Amino acid sequence: MNLVDFQSAHLLVLAPEFLLVILAAVVMGLDVSLPESRRRQLGLVAAVGMFAAMALALIFSIPNGDNALLFGGMIRNDLLSFVFRMIFMFAGAITSLISMDVEGLGRRGEYYALLIASVIGMNFMAASADLVMLYLALETTSIGLYVLAGFLRDNDKSAEAGLKYFLFGAFTATVMLYGFSLLFGYTGQTNLYAIAAAIQNGSVPPFITVVASVLIIVGVGFKVAIVPFHFWTPDVYEGAPTPVTAFLSVASKSAGFAVLLRVFVAGFQGMALRMPGASWLPMLMAISAVTMTLGNLLALKQNNIKRMLAYSSIAHAGYALMGVVAFSQEGVAAALFYLIGYVVTNLAAFAVVILFARVSGSDEIADYAGLSRRSPPLALAMLVAFLSLGGMPPLAGFINKFFVFAAAMRSDLTWLVVVGVLNSIVGLYYYLIVLKWVWVKPAPEGASPIPVSRPYVFALSLLCFAIIFVGVVAAPWLDWAAQAAASLF
Amino acid sequence: MVPLSWYLTLAAALFCIGIYGVLARRNAVAVLMGVELMMNAVIVNLVAFWRYVQPTAIGGQVFAVIVFAVAAAEASVGLALIISIYRRRNSVVADDMSLMKW
Repeated sequence: MNLVDFQSAHLLVLAPEFLLVILAAVVMGLDVSLPESRRRQLGLVAAVGMFAAMALALIFSIPNGDNALLFGGMIRNDLLSFVFRMIFMFAGAITSLISMDVEGLGRRGEYYALLIASVIGMNFMAASADLVMLYLALETTSIGLYVLAGFLRDNDKSAEAGLKYFLFGAFTATVMLYGFSLLFGYTGQTNLYAIAAAIQNGSVPPFITVVASVLIIVGVGFKVAIVPFHFWTPDVYEGAPTPVTAFLSVASKSAGFAVLLRVFVAGFQGMALRMPGASWLPMLMAISAVTMTLGNLLALKQNNIKRMLAYSSIAHAGYALMGVVAFSQEGVAAALFYLIGYVVTNLAAFAVVILFARVSGSDEIADYAGLSRRSPPLALAMLVAFLSLGGMPPLAGFINKFFVFAAAMRSDLTWLVVVGVLNSIVGLYYYLIVLKWVWVKPAPEGASPIPVSRPYVFALSLLCFAIIFVGVVAAPWLDWAAQAAASLF
Repeated sequence: MVPLSWYLTLAAALFCIGIYGVLARRNAVAVLMGVELMMNAVIVNLVAFWRYVQPTAIGGQVFAVIVFAVAAAEASVGLALIISIYRRRNSVVADDMSLMKW
């Protein structure tokens, strides 16, 4: 674990991140050199670049299974971080595609550059094995996202969303950092695995591990939007430009879960849990139950579709958290699988919202009336996405929920599973209400079809295909998730 | 030499003052100052721990320097966001930012 055993082969592990850095620079360069009329292609460049980074990762960076700590112990090269990095790059690429036609966003090089910078930060969040690296990665992600949330300076709501996101984010990140400083102080180490070893030796008082875990839950809880750190979610989701909301709701949340899994299940907190006197698990169980319930109940009475999806994303964080509190290899696999399904599903839902808002200029659920007659393909995509969110078979949402519940059952959390199942029913209700507007209500007079340009067609068909594919052919994905979970321990 | 616990108490006090500032102030700039105070508490913690627990290793110092850098980046982005909202509304008071309510 020192800098001396650096080999140039280690650089290949980070090949996709290097490509992303270059890509950000290229996008900024093109922004200056392309004529105004061709700036729309910036989104295409960013998306193709991120897909290329995924391909590069698949060719060069698949971990070899020794789970080595690289770069002086900063990075852990395991399959879990690899899967998460693929998720982030996929989400980034799709977000670029669905941003292309958005007013004030799609033709701005700096927008894509910030998006790519956030993806890089998330990649390192998932891979980091050191407190310093973790904090730096988290801030790289967050600072980019603060700017993205407030990107539309001429829009009051966007500016307000950016500021709110920043104030909450900076506050919670600093609280978490205080927890890091305590851990560093009592162990003299910054490496997560060295800290785990120190805790196992019993050199840290249990009181300190409890305090540190509470402080870290504040920081990570903000990222994944769990109760009681969810206050920012509806406001920021509603105010931020919709593609940014989509990216926040899937990638930022998954990044938070990556940290949660590494720090709490496999890392030093997991170690602490096996020691007497320090336990965060009951706390997270309660948070999971409250998060699902509150998210779903508050989603019921929303009229704005972005706010409704914000509360629904809080509820989904609660479901995925069930996999974490199951506290087993199976639970980690289930949580990871859940996130894979959630990413494709929620991106599809937001893609439709973006397309609809471009024409109608509205995010009110009531304005979706008669979408099935205005634009049948779009309504079909919405049907697939929302039924998957509601957990209907044979779509991804069903099989995801099934495995999370199964993992919780295996860990004897029957009460939590009951809460989860009841919540799924509530959830299905409000997703079906949206679909009622789309499919049953008549369209208003003179409603025109909604034009869908080619990048959106590609993104939406890819996502809908993925939703059905993950739902029907679950085995390989689950297998992948299980292997990734095994690499964590 | 001053004992370590004094530094830790100082840091904890700074941290609490920072939290109070964040939670009690309505002005966005004041909230940002509260966050900065919390950051400083962390830095005091890190440097004190480094000096007393592991003066031979460089990890603590590196951590402190990185926190400095991040704090600067965060403050600049935060002030930019505050200015962008001030230009639209002539106000940076949190109570005025109520376009969206749950």
